[in-house]
Amino acid sequence: MAGTALLRRLTWQLAELVEVVVEAPRVKTLVFDVPGWPGHRAGQHVDVRLTAEDGYQAERSYSIASAPDSTRVALTVQRLEDGEVSPYLTDELRPDDKIELRGPIGGYFVWEPSDGGPLTLVAGGSGIVPLMAMIRTRAAAGNDTETRLLYSARSEDDLIYRDELEALSGNGLTVAYTLTDLQPPGWTSYARRVDPEMLAEVAPGPTEQPCFFTCGPTPFVEAVAEALVRLGHEARAIKTERFGPSGG
Amino acid sequence: MDELMLDGNAVAGLLQEVFAVEMTTAVGTCASCGAAGPVGAVHVYRGAGIVLRCSHCDNVLAKVVKSDSRVWIDSTGIRTLEVTV
Repeated sequence: MAGTALLRRLTWQLAELVEVVVEAPRVKTLVFDVPGWPGHRAGQHVDVRLTAEDGYQAERSYSIASAPDSTRVALTVQRLEDGEVSPYLTDELRPDDKIELRGPIGGYFVWEPSDGGPLTLVAGGSGIVPLMAMIRTRAAAGNDTETRLLYSARSEDDLIYRDELEALSGNGLTVAYTLTDLQPPGWTSYARRVDPEMLAEVAPGPTEQPCFFTCGPTPFVEAVAEALVRLGHEARAIKTERFGPSGG
Repeated sequence: MDELMLDGNAVAGLLQEVFAVEMTTAVGTCASCGAAGPVGAVHVYRGAGIVLRCSHCDNVLAKVVKSDSRVWIDSTGIRTLEVTV
């Protein structure tokens, strides 16, 4: 069975936008219906392709935000001012419009409930998206794997999924935030960049052999991975997904 | 550290297009330092083409150039590649 799934040829297909959720000033979740969608695993992504009238094509990768749910696939997209693809997706696309996508893609940066834990997720900015898919998949499966999320953003306005994260907390899930640039009055959680001390407080120690997933801008992911290795965690237990300056 | 650096996940779609199997979980061995690890964890740099580098020794594992109808791959820096089929 797994073999047939692995060998499925990757082809472009039409996806229809069915719902838009505003997450933050520059961030929207776009829910697509993708006929024949084979399902996906948390952490996988899709490639999106836009074709201009003159035939010019632009392609970008977006993490899947949703747990598997029949033919529905949710992407959370941050609008990048000088991007080629994200402004179109967040500003121009309307329900019933169609885009081309292909997926699900990836197998390395993936977590399934049967993988167990303890699980530590470290998100920088919109790097929360594939990690949210893991949290949602865990919840949908009624799984109680010990899971800790450390979510770093610039300001409170930049935090997304916050109400849902609060609703899902408990039952083995704990969520810690850090706001690096601007904190609202009365903010009691972390207020600095992620560092080894913070990771030591949030994550289980090396003796518990936690598995890590960290996603965000390249410098963020590098800092997290280096800090975890310095704390004594095994490099192979740390899975990374770097956004880079995606130009999306 | 280079802010332009990505990882193997970023070329997962392209590699799957070429090899027709999920490639980020394939395990490659660096021809230079001998380190073995999943393709998803290698360092990736994008320019006119794509360069895959070993995350341990920075050796160039592979170079990939794509045009509309062809993909050209130089994999001199990979000693072996173990793929689940």
